[in-house]
Amino acid sequence: MTGRLSRRAATLVALLVVALFLLPWVAGHYPVYLAMQILILAVFSLGFNLLFGYTGLLSFGQAGFFAVGAYGCAKILLAVPNLLLGILGGVAAAGVAALLLGILSVRHTRIYFSMLTLAFGMMIFSIAWKWRDYTGGDDGLVGVPRAPLEIPGVFTVSVAALDRYYYVVLVLSLVAIYVMHRLVHSPLGLTLQAIRDSEVRAEFAGVPVRKYRLAAFTIAGLYAGLAGALLPPLENTVTPPIAHWSTSAEPVLATLMGGIHAFSGPIVGAFLFLVIKDVIFRFTEYWLIWFGVIVVALVLGFPGGVMSIFEKRARAAPRDEEPA
Amino acid sequence: MTDLLATQGLSKRFGDFVAMNGVTLGLPAGRLTAIIGPNGAGKTTFINLATGAHLPDTGTVFFKGEAITRLAVHRRIRKGLSRSFQIMNIFAQLSVLENMLVPVLARHGRAGIPSHRIERESAAIAEARALLREIGLSGEERLRAGALSHGDQRLLELGIAVAPAPELCFLDEPSSGLTPVERARVLDLIRRFSAERRTTFVIVEHDMDVVFSLAQWIVVMNRGQVLAEGPPAEIRENRAVREVYLGELA
Repeated sequence: MTGRLSRRAATLVALLVVALFLLPWVAGHYPVYLAMQILILAVFSLGFNLLFGYTGLLSFGQAGFFAVGAYGCAKILLAVPNLLLGILGGVAAAGVAALLLGILSVRHTRIYFSMLTLAFGMMIFSIAWKWRDYTGGDDGLVGVPRAPLEIPGVFTVSVAALDRYYYVVLVLSLVAIYVMHRLVHSPLGLTLQAIRDSEVRAEFAGVPVRKYRLAAFTIAGLYAGLAGALLPPLENTVTPPIAHWSTSAEPVLATLMGGIHAFSGPIVGAFLFLVIKDVIFRFTEYWLIWFGVIVVALVLGFPGGVMSIFEKRARAAPRDEEPA
Repeated sequence: MTDLLATQGLSKRFGDFVAMNGVTLGLPAGRLTAIIGPNGAGKTTFINLATGAHLPDTGTVFFKGEAITRLAVHRRIRKGLSRSFQIMNIFAQLSVLENMLVPVLARHGRAGIPSHRIERESAAIAEARALLREIGLSGEERLRAGALSHGDQRLLELGIAVAPAPELCFLDEPSSGLTPVERARVLDLIRRFSAERRTTFVIVEHDMDVVFSLAQWIVVMNRGQVLAEGPPAEIRENRAVREVYLGELA
């Protein structure tokens, strides 16, 4: 029940955060770029796991909200070069899309929910592909600026350099991770887990199940939107494949690799997913085959995800504090 | 006695099968009622229709005089209804304490708070722990509920059912699969909750020892209809009941 970290885990997290802040000082451009990709996928996967691991809803359409966040941010940045406005606009657009599609989706569960989200995700992909006037069609939106971070009249900070933009991604990702940690250890987090275990029992315990499912779906959409909104300033472009179902599969795989029942599972999974992919890509053009083999081996070898090992150890070890 | 829950002409079909056929029944406050009948008589269907798990084809359900026929389940719970299930239904991955916290938080309207750690819900935690003490599971509060023995899971389910502080609680076969010792514990708890919390219990049960030792009033159902109702002594002597149901046991 307790969401407090043990002293050892807190020290490890603190060291990791310090290392991430020092990264641009000690590493070249590529590791910094890779770290940003990992952080973006970690945020995307955390939102996905709120739905899957905590609420019991497997969505195959999260790439749709990722794309809404990315296109929303890119459109704003192309019109008004203000990074804060772009990111907030992208997140808000994804949140609204998730709320609207969630109203239709959360009426169903299991495979019906998964198929509905897949269909909605692919609808967004089609819109990105076909609505050329707004989305640029298959060319996408190009020349998205890495606009300055500013509140007019208060401050302006240029983040045009990759190293500077890295700090924007890092800080926003850490805030998103902290907020999610609070959320899953809150009464809402417990209620969502109860719905995952037995929606009927939860309803008969007085929980308005559909309302809370919609809340989880919208929050997951906001996280997908944030991850998507961080992408255009990094890549300077947005193209339709980010809305494709294969992009939805990335947080699914990352979360399965890291572990659905550990809070840190999606974060560790995002790291494993992108590092393994990056390493294999260097050695063979048939990287997908080898990547597939490794993913299968990891999922079979660690059925609860890599982090399940540490979860089991933590459960076996006596706790150093009583819950209140 | 004023009826706490009443049904009027309640009917339900599943395809060609008539599960409930125009049932009109009153369940007064403070009277421990048992619903009995052979398999397929409509006992669980009656609970499902009364608590909102299924909607009736025709008929009306009244709770405290108000029609609640189409009311959402969670709203019925807030009005004072509750139930347990024939097939075990607990939050298996959550701890025993968390199982109890879910209905307590929902009752206090605090189940959706996203901003602070659950440890800060000290009033709800204290209430959940008090309930665990009452049902005798306080020593297991950290254990995953799915790891409890069958008997302890039944106790936990009873705890979850009374945690919303219901005025009327349906228990669907509360003693099924229990050893005699566990069954005695469950029956004792039902009596205690009935007396101390002023919860009116309605049980569906196949075990006639349980029914006749616990119930103050018995409703006999057969083929989706009420065959007879009355005090246990009267039901025991009812010829029609003996023929269709009790006679089967002889």
